[in-house]
Amino acid sequence: MRLGKARVRNKGTRPVASESGGLSIKPMEQFEVKALFGGDISWYTPTNVTLWMALTVVAASALMIYGARGRALVPSRAQSAAEMTYGFIYNMVKDVAGHDAVRFFPHIFTLFMFVLFANLLGLIPFAFTTTSHIAVTAVLALTVFLSVTTLGFILNGTKFLGLFWVSSAPLALRPVLALIELISYFARPISHSIRLAGAMMAGHAVAKVFAGFASALGAAFFVPVLAVTALYALELLVAVIQAYVFTILTCVYLRDALHPSH
Amino acid sequence: MEGDIAEMGKYIGVGLTAIGMGGAAIGVGNIAGNFLSGALRNPSAAAGQTAMLFIGIAFAEALGIFSFLVALLLMFAV
Amino acid sequence: MAETAAAGTGMPQLDLSTFSNQIFWLVVTMVVLYFVMSRVALPRVAAVLADRRGTITSDIAAAEEYKLKAQQAEEAYNKALADARAEANRIVEAAKAEMQAELDVQIAKADAEISAKSAESERRIREIRDSALEMVTDVSKDVTGDILRLFDAKADARSVNAAVSARLKGGA
Repeated sequence: MRLGKARVRNKGTRPVASESGGLSIKPMEQFEVKALFGGDISWYTPTNVTLWMALTVVAASALMIYGARGRALVPSRAQSAAEMTYGFIYNMVKDVAGHDAVRFFPHIFTLFMFVLFANLLGLIPFAFTTTSHIAVTAVLALTVFLSVTTLGFILNGTKFLGLFWVSSAPLALRPVLALIELISYFARPISHSIRLAGAMMAGHAVAKVFAGFASALGAAFFVPVLAVTALYALELLVAVIQAYVFTILTCVYLRDALHPSH
Repeated sequence: MEGDIAEMGKYIGVGLTAIGMGGAAIGVGNIAGNFLSGALRNPSAAAGQTAMLFIGIAFAEALGIFSFLVALLLMFAV
Repeated sequence: MAETAAAGTGMPQLDLSTFSNQIFWLVVTMVVLYFVMSRVALPRVAAVLADRRGTITSDIAAAEEYKLKAQQAEEAYNKALADARAEANRIVEAAKAEMQAELDVQIAKADAEISAKSAESERRIREIRDSALEMVTDVSKDVTGDILRLFDAKADARSVNAAVSARLKGGA
C-alpha cells in the first residue's frame, strides 16, 4: 500500500523522472531469480537460488562443524552456540512430538538449520532470500505434510483416521467436526508454507520501500533510515521466530502422526 | 483526472486488505497478553508453555500474512 | 496490466518458469545438508555432549567421595578430640583424687591432733575446775567453820564438811 502511495506521489511530483527511471521503488525486484552466468533459466541452471542455498549449507556447517570443532569439555563461544542449537531442537522434538519422535531429530534439525540460515542470510543487504519463495517453502511444507501423513498411516494404520473423528464430541456433531478437521488438515501445508514465505517477503518488501523513501526525501533521509534500522532488528527477530515456528509446527504435525488419538 | 478506474479500484482493494493485518495484530496481542497474565499468575508453569505461545502466535500471524499476500497479489499479479 | 506486471514489477514468486530450478536446487541443498548434519555434525555434537555429561557425572561422584572422606576425617578428628578430652579429664580426676586422699590424710591427722589437743585442754580444764571446786569446797568449809565459830556454834568439822558438800552439790 505504501508502495502504491509512493508511486502515486512519484508520478505527481516528478512526472518526467519516472520516464527516465529516476525514482521508482521496486520492492519485488530483490526476489527475482537470476541465472548466475547469464542465459535462460532451466531446471539445472545455477542461479542466485543455487548460490544462496549453497551459502546456507556452508553457514550451517560452519556453525555445527567448524564452530564445534574444538570438542572441548568447556566449550568456546561458537561451540556453545552449536550445542545450544542442538539442545534446543532436541528438547523441542522431545517435548512437543514425544520421546519416540527423537529418531526424526536429524530431519527436523536439518529443516530448522536450513530455514534459520536461509532467513538470516537473506537479511544481508543485496542478498537473495530463498525462503521468501513460495516454491521453496511449499516444497518444504509439502514434504513435511506428505511424510507425516504417510508415517501416520504406516505406524497407526486406519487408526490414524481417528485424528479426524473427535470422540469427545457429541455423536451428531462428529461428522461436521470431521469435515472441519479434514479441511484444516489439508490447509496445514498451505498455511505452513505461506506463513514462512509471506513473513520473509513482507519484511524485505517493506524494508525496500522504506529504503526507497530515503532517496526520495532528500534532506530528511535519516527518518526512513532510522525506520529501516528498527525494521531490520524486527526482521532479525522474525527470521529466527519463523524458523522456530516452522520447526515447532513440524513437530506438532509429527506428534499427530505418532499419537493420532487426542 | 487521468488514470484508470480499474487501477484505482485495485489500490483501494489493497488498502482494504490492510484491515486484515490489523485483525492479526489484535490476535497476536491477545495471545501474548493472555500468556503474560497467565505467566504472572503462575510463573513456574510459564516456561513449559512458551512453545504453545509461539504456536498460537504463528496461527494468528498466518492469517495476517494471508491478507498481506492478497494485497501483493492484487498489486502485482492482477 | 497483466502483461506489464509479468514482465516488470510482478511477483517473482509467481513466475512459474523458475519453479523447477528452485525446487531442483532446494532438493539438492536439503539432501546435502541432511547428510552433512546427520552424518558429521550431529554425531560429533552428541558425542561432545555425552562426554561432558559423563565427565560431570564422574566429577560429581568424585566430589561426593571427597565429601565422604572429609566427613570421615572430621569424625576421626572429633573422636581424637573426645579421646583427648576424656584422657585429660581422667588425669584431672586422678590428680584430684590423689590430692583429695592426701588432703583427707592430712585432715584426719590434723583432726586427730586437734582432738588430742582439745582432749588435753579439756582434761586440764577439768583439772583446773576440779581443783577450783575443791578449793571452793575447802574455802567454804573454812569459811563455814569460821562463821560457826564466830557465832559460837558448836559444830564439829565433820558435820560441817558434810553439810557444805551437800549444799554445794545440791546448789551446783
